[in-house]
Amino acid sequence: MTRQQRSTLIQWGAFATGFVIIGGTLAVTVRWSALADRFFKWDDFTGQFPEIIFEAARNTLLYTVIGFSGGLIFGLVAALMRQSSVPPARLLASLYIEIFRALPALLTILIVGFGIPIAFGAENLPSFFTTLYGSGGLALALVAGAYLAETIRAGIEAVPRGQVEAARSLGMTTSQTTRSIVLPQAFRVILPPLTNELVLLLKDTSLLAVLGVAIGERELTTWGRTFSNSIGNYTPLMAAAVCYLAITVPLSQLVKYVENRTKAGQR
Amino acid sequence: MTDPAAQSSSAPESHALPTVEIRDLHKSFGTNEVLKGIDFHVNDREVVVVVGPSGSGKSTLLRCVNLLEVPDRGQVLIDGVDICDSGTDVNAVRRKIGMVFQQFNLFPHLTALNNVTIGPRKVLKRTTEEAEQSARSLLDRVGLADHAHKYPAQLSGGQQQRVAIARALAMNPEIMLFDEATSALDPELVGDVLSVMRSLADDGMTMMVVTHEMGFAKNVADRVVFMADGVVVEEGTPDAVLGSPQHARTQQFLQQVGDH
Repeated sequence: MTRQQRSTLIQWGAFATGFVIIGGTLAVTVRWSALADRFFKWDDFTGQFPEIIFEAARNTLLYTVIGFSGGLIFGLVAALMRQSSVPPARLLASLYIEIFRALPALLTILIVGFGIPIAFGAENLPSFFTTLYGSGGLALALVAGAYLAETIRAGIEAVPRGQVEAARSLGMTTSQTTRSIVLPQAFRVILPPLTNELVLLLKDTSLLAVLGVAIGERELTTWGRTFSNSIGNYTPLMAAAVCYLAITVPLSQLVKYVENRTKAGQR
Repeated sequence: MTDPAAQSSSAPESHALPTVEIRDLHKSFGTNEVLKGIDFHVNDREVVVVVGPSGSGKSTLLRCVNLLEVPDRGQVLIDGVDICDSGTDVNAVRRKIGMVFQQFNLFPHLTALNNVTIGPRKVLKRTTEEAEQSARSLLDRVGLADHAHKYPAQLSGGQQQRVAIARALAMNPEIMLFDEATSALDPELVGDVLSVMRSLADDGMTMMVVTHEMGFAKNVADRVVFMADGVVVEEGTPDAVLGSPQHARTQQFLQQVGDH
C-alpha cells in the first residue's frame, strides 16, 4: 500500500466512524414517525404536482428572470458610471450602490412595493407595475443591481490595461473598446460570481410574499406555506424545496459547462 | 532600369513634412520627470531605432506618439497635425499608427484571425469577408497562415507577437511603433519576430523602434537615437552612434550591453 492509499483509507475510516456515531445518535433521538407524518406524506407530496410547477416554479423563475435582467442593466450602468471620468456620474453610481447594499432586501421590497403606487398613483402606472411581476421585479432588480455593479466592476478591473491600450491604438473608440474587448473578457471572469448572484436572487424571490400575493402570483415558498396551512402538514414545503433544487442544481452544472467551454483554448 | 524618383525618395527631403515630429516634449509621472524636453522626428519611410538604458524614457516617448501617454508640455505632430490639440480626432490619428507592445496584448477571447480583423471591421467598417481575406494574407506574410483559427494562448510568444504585428498592419498604418517588441520573448523566438520587422523595413514602412537588439539597430536602422535620463544624448547613422559614439554616456551604455 502506498502512502497516498494509506492516508486515503484513514480519511474514509474517520468519516465512517463519525457517520456511524452521529447517525446512530440521530436514529435514536429523532421522532422519525412524527417527522414522516408531518413532512413526508407521499400522497400530499405528489398531490402538489403538477400545479406547483405550472404556477409556483414558473413564478419563481419569472421573478428571477425579471429581477436579474433588470439587475444586470442597473449593475452594468452603475459599474460603467463608477468608472466614468465625469464626477457626478461616479457620485450617482456610488450613492445607488451604497444605499441598496446597505438596506435589507426585505425592506427594499416593502418600500418599493408599497411606495411606487402611492408615489405615482396606481391608476397612472403602466399595468405591468401594478402586478407583483412589475413592482416586485423592480425591487429585486434594484437590490441585485447594487451587488452586480460591484461584481461587474471587479470583472472590468481584472482586464489588463494593455487590452484597452491595444484596442485604442487600433483607433477603436471608448465604447467600441468596452463592448468588443473589455466586457467579453470581464464576463468570463465574473461568470462564477454572477451565478452566485443569480442563485441568491432566485431564493430572494420568496421575500416578495410580504407584498401580498394574489392567486396565480404565488412563488415556491409562498405556495409551500399556503398549502401547508390548508392541508395541515408541512409536506408542501418539501415539494417546494425539491423544486428549488431542481432549478439550482442544473443551473450550476450549466454554468460549469459554459465556463469550461469559454475556457477551452483560452487563458 | 533605374527610377530616379524612387532613388531620391530614400533620402530624407528637407521640404517634406516628417511623419512624426516631436517638439520640446515634457512628461512627468508624479514628481518623476521622465521626458525633459525631447525634440525628435521620423521621416517618411525612415526606420528610427531608439536605444538607451531602462528608465531613459524611450518607451514613454514612443507611447506619446499615439497618445497612450498624454504629454505635459510640447507638441506631437503626425503629418503636421498636433495630436495634443483638443480639436484633433485622436481615434482618426491612431488609425494611421500601428503599435506593437512588449507584452503582445493580443485579445485572448478572439482567434488569431479575429484579432487581425477586429480593427478593420469595427473601425474601418470593412465587411467580414473583406477583413478576413486581407487578414489571411497578413497572417501568411508573418508566417502564420496555418494558425489563423487558434487562440492566443495556443500560440508561442513569438507567434503571438507576429499576430500582433499583423493586427497592427491590418489598419494599413502610415507608421509602425515597436515598444520593445522582442523583450518578453524566449531567446530562440526573437529571430522570427525580428525578421518580420526587417522585412517591413525593407518594404519601406516608416518605423519607430524601441529595442535592446543592437544587431537590429545596426543592420536595419536608418538612424539611431540614444536616450538617457529623459533627454536625447546622441543621434545619427547606426555606424556613427553605435560604432564611434561621441558622448561618454553612450560609450558607457554600449560597453554594458556589449558585455552580454
